[in-house]
Amino acid sequence: MSCGWGRSWMFAAAAVVTVFLLDVVVFARAKSFEDVRCKCICPPYRNITGHIYNRNFSQKDCNCLHVVEPMPVPGHDVEAYCLLCECKYEERSSNTIKVTIIIYLSVVGALLLYMLFLLLVDPLIRKHDPYTQPLHNEEDSEEMRPQAESSSQARGNTVLERVEGAQQRWKKQVQEQRKTVFDRHKLLS
Amino acid sequence: MNGAGNLMDFLDEPFPDVSTYEDFHTIDWLREKSRDTDRHRKITSKSKESLWELIKSLLDAWSGWVVMLLIGLLSGTLAGVIDLAVDWMTDLKEGVCLSAFWYSHEQCCWTSNETTFDDRDKCPQWQKWAELMTGHAEGAGAYVLNYFLYILWALLFSFLAVSLVRVFAPYACGSGIPEIKTILSGFIIRGYLGKWTLLIKTVTLVLAVSSGLSLGKEGPLVHVACCCGNLFCSLFSKYSKNEGKRREVLSAAAAAGVSVAFGAPIGGVLFSLEEVSYYFPLKTLWRSFFAALVAAFTLRSINPFGNSRLVLFYVEYHTPWYMAELVPFILLGGLRRPLGDSLHPGQHRLVPAEEDHTAGKYPVLEVIAVTGITALLAYPNPYTRRSTSELISELFNDCGALESSQLCDYVNNPNMSRPVDDIPDRPAGPGVYNALWQLTLALIFKIVITIFTFGMKIPSGLFIPSMAVGAIAGRIGSGIAVEQMAYHHHDWIIFKNWSAACLGESHRRLEYIVPLMAAAVTSKWVADAFGKEGIYESHILLNGYPYLDVRDEFTHRTLATDVMRPRRNDPPLAVLTQDSTTVEDVETLIKDTDYNGFPVVVSRESERLIGFVQRRDLTLAIKNARQKQDGVVSSSVVYFTEDAPQLPASNPQPLKLRRILNLSPFTVTDHTPMETVVDIFRKLGLRQCLVTRSGRLLGIITKKDVLRHMAQMMNQDPESIMFN
Repeated sequence: MSCGWGRSWMFAAAAVVTVFLLDVVVFARAKSFEDVRCKCICPPYRNITGHIYNRNFSQKDCNCLHVVEPMPVPGHDVEAYCLLCECKYEERSSNTIKVTIIIYLSVVGALLLYMLFLLLVDPLIRKHDPYTQPLHNEEDSEEMRPQAESSSQARGNTVLERVEGAQQRWKKQVQEQRKTVFDRHKLLS
Repeated sequence: MNGAGNLMDFLDEPFPDVSTYEDFHTIDWLREKSRDTDRHRKITSKSKESLWELIKSLLDAWSGWVVMLLIGLLSGTLAGVIDLAVDWMTDLKEGVCLSAFWYSHEQCCWTSNETTFDDRDKCPQWQKWAELMTGHAEGAGAYVLNYFLYILWALLFSFLAVSLVRVFAPYACGSGIPEIKTILSGFIIRGYLGKWTLLIKTVTLVLAVSSGLSLGKEGPLVHVACCCGNLFCSLFSKYSKNEGKRREVLSAAAAAGVSVAFGAPIGGVLFSLEEVSYYFPLKTLWRSFFAALVAAFTLRSINPFGNSRLVLFYVEYHTPWYMAELVPFILLGGLRRPLGDSLHPGQHRLVPAEEDHTAGKYPVLEVIAVTGITALLAYPNPYTRRSTSELISELFNDCGALESSQLCDYVNNPNMSRPVDDIPDRPAGPGVYNALWQLTLALIFKIVITIFTFGMKIPSGLFIPSMAVGAIAGRIGSGIAVEQMAYHHHDWIIFKNWSAACLGESHRRLEYIVPLMAAAVTSKWVADAFGKEGIYESHILLNGYPYLDVRDEFTHRTLATDVMRPRRNDPPLAVLTQDSTTVEDVETLIKDTDYNGFPVVVSRESERLIGFVQRRDLTLAIKNARQKQDGVVSSSVVYFTEDAPQLPASNPQPLKLRRILNLSPFTVTDHTPMETVVDIFRKLGLRQCLVTRSGRLLGIITKKDVLRHMAQMMNQDPESIMFN
C-alpha cells in the first residue's frame, strides 16, 4: 500500500517537473524585439570593402534590397552586387539562454556548497558519532559495516531521522562506488 | 502521521526480495521473460472483468510509449542545456559579455552593427579579460594576461569537475558506453544509471568540455539519456520490477542520446542497434525511433545554435564529384584505421600502465596536470584554442567568397574565366600555407593529448577528438593536394568524407553516396584486417566484464567436457540433495563456497538431476524461515520435493524450499561441442549450464568459464575475467 502511495507521489512529481520544463521552453520561445535578425554578408566588390549588415527584419523582408542600406553601388550595379551578397534569417531565444545559464549556475553553486558542507562542516558535527565514516577511502570498511547495520536498524519515524538514514545510506553507496572506480581502477572509461 | 510516513517511504531502504539481483551479477533473461509473460497474461485475463480493468490494461500497453515520450523530452532538454552552457563557458575562458553576462561571444555580438567583414568576431560589448582588467586590448602584456587567465579558468573548470565526480558520483566518469553495453547485455551495476549520476554527469560534462580538454560530449550524452531512461522506468512497475523489459527501454534511450548528440534520429537508432544493444526485439525499433524523434524535436525547440540547426557542424555539398576522385576516397578510407590506431592502441598500452603508475593514484592531480598542459599548448595555436566542435565546423566549411577564414585565403582574381563546371580555379594565398602548418601542429598535439585525456576521472567521449583528427588530416591532405592537382580546390570534399568515414556517420545528400560507400567499405576491410575489436570492446576487455559479444565467432573443436567444472583435480561438485540435507549443511555450504548456485540431485549415489537453486534465494529463504517459521532449527531437513520425507516424529520440522527451485535448468551432454554451448549462452543469455552424461550430473559450465575458455583459445589472459 505504501509502495502505491510512494509511486504515485513520484509520478506526480515527475509530471510536474516535465510540465514545468515544457512551460519554460514555451515561455522562452516568446520572441522579443532583439531576437530576430537578418544577416547579410557582402564580399568585397571592385573597390568597395566587404561589409556585414545586421538588421531586424521579418523573414519575408530578408533580402539584399531591404537590408543593405545605404546601397554602396549605383542603381545599375545593384543587381550584380546583390547576387554576391548572401542573406540569412536567424532567430534565437534570449530568454532561453538567460534562464538556462542562470539555472545551471545555481545548480553548480548548490552542489559546490553541499560539497563544502560535506567535506568541512559535516565531520565537525559528527565528531562524536561512532559509526560515521569520513569521506576518504576506507580500506577495511568491512569492519565498520556490522556496526553501521546495527545502528541503521534503530530507525526513527520522524522525517529528519529518515532523511538522516537516507543520507547515511547514500554516503555508503558513494563510498562503494568510489572504491570501485578509484581504488580498484575498474570502470576506466 | 501515517500520511507523512507514506510520503516519505521513498527515503527508506528498499526491502530486498527474492526477485532482485545482486550488484555485479548477471540477470537471468529467461526468468525475466517468463515473469513478463505471466504479468501480461494476468492483466489480459483480468481486463475482461470490468471496465476499470480494461482501462488499466490499456494504460499498461501504452506505458511503453509514455516512457519513450518522457525520455525524449528530458534527453532533449538536458542536451539543449548542455549545449547552451558549453557555448557560454567555453567563451568565458577568453572574455565576458558586458551587456548581459550570460551571453557567449557569438550571442553577445548577435545584434551588433559594428562587426566588419574582416573582423566579424569583434564587437564592443564583448571584451577579453585583459581588456576588461587593464584597458589594453593589444600588446604583449595583454596577450600574456589573456593566456594566464585562459589557463586559470581551464584549471578551475576541470578541478570543479573532478571534485564533483569524486564526491558525489564516481560512476559519472568516463564515456559510459562500454558499461552501458555490458549493462544491456544483462549485467547489473547498481547506481551506474542513478539520479545522482545523471545530475553530476550533466553538470560535470559541461565543465569538462568547457575546460578545453580534448574530449567530446557525445558518449556521455548516451549515458545521460540512459540515466533518464532508468529514471522513468522506476515510475512504472512493468519496467521497474523486470530487468529484461528495463533493458528494452534503455536501448531506446541510448538511441535518443545519439540522436541529440548528432541531430540524426535514424543514426541514433542504428547506433543503438549496432553498438549498444544486446537483445533488440523488433518492437523496440519503433519505440527507439519515437524516442529519438522526440528528443531531436525538443532539442530543436530549445534551439541552442540558432538557425534551427541541431549540431554545430553541418555538412553541405554544392559541387559534384568526379570519377577520378574515387581513387583518393578509397585510399583515404584505407588509411583510416592506421590513423585511428595511433589514437586508440596508444590508450590500450597507456591505460594499464597508468594503474600502476603514480598518475593513476592521484586522479585529481592527474586531471589538473593534463588540463594545464592542454591549455598551455592550445592557446597559442588559433586552431586548438577554440573548442573542438568549432574547429571541425570551420574545417568543414565550403570556401566561398564570403568566408574570411585563413584556410580560405585563395587569391580572388575578378577577371578569371569560369570553366564549364562553374568552379573557379584559384591559386592559394599565403594565408593557406600559414594555416596548413598550424594545422599540422594541431594534428600532432591533438593525437598526443587525446591519448592522455581519455581515461581520466571526468566525463569524456572520444567521438569528437577522432573526428577532429580526421578532419584536420583530411584538410591538410587536400591542402597539399591542391598544389599537385593544379588548383582543383573542390578536393576538400574528400576530407569531409574521410572525417565522416572515421565515424561511419553520415548526414549528407544521396549524391555523395558512392564515394562515401567506397571510403567506408575500404575502411572497414582494412580495419578488420588489423583486428576485430573496436574501442569499446577493448575497454570491456580491459575491465574484465563478462560480456559475451554476439559477433565473436567460436570455431574451435573443443567439447563441453573440456570446459566444465570440476576439473580432474578439483574437489567434487557442491550439490544439494532433494531430501537429505540439513539446514546446517546448507549454511556451511554457503559459507564455505562462493558459488552462485547449487544443483539439486536425487541423492549422492544416483546423481540424477532435479533442478538448480540460486545462492541468493537460498540465503534469503533460510533467513526468513529461521525468523518466521516455528520449529526450524539447524538440524531440520531441507526438502525440495512436493511431499515431506518420511521422518521419525522426534526430528524437528522439515523445511520445504520447493518454491525457490528452478525445475528446468539447462543441460547439455558432455559431448556437446563448445561451439553449440557458446551459441546457447549467447542466444538465451544463460548464466550457467549443467553438464550431464546418461542422465547423471557431471559438472557445470558458467558464463565466466565460457569467457575464460574463449580468451584462452584466443591466447589472451584468462585471468582477466573478473566478474562472475
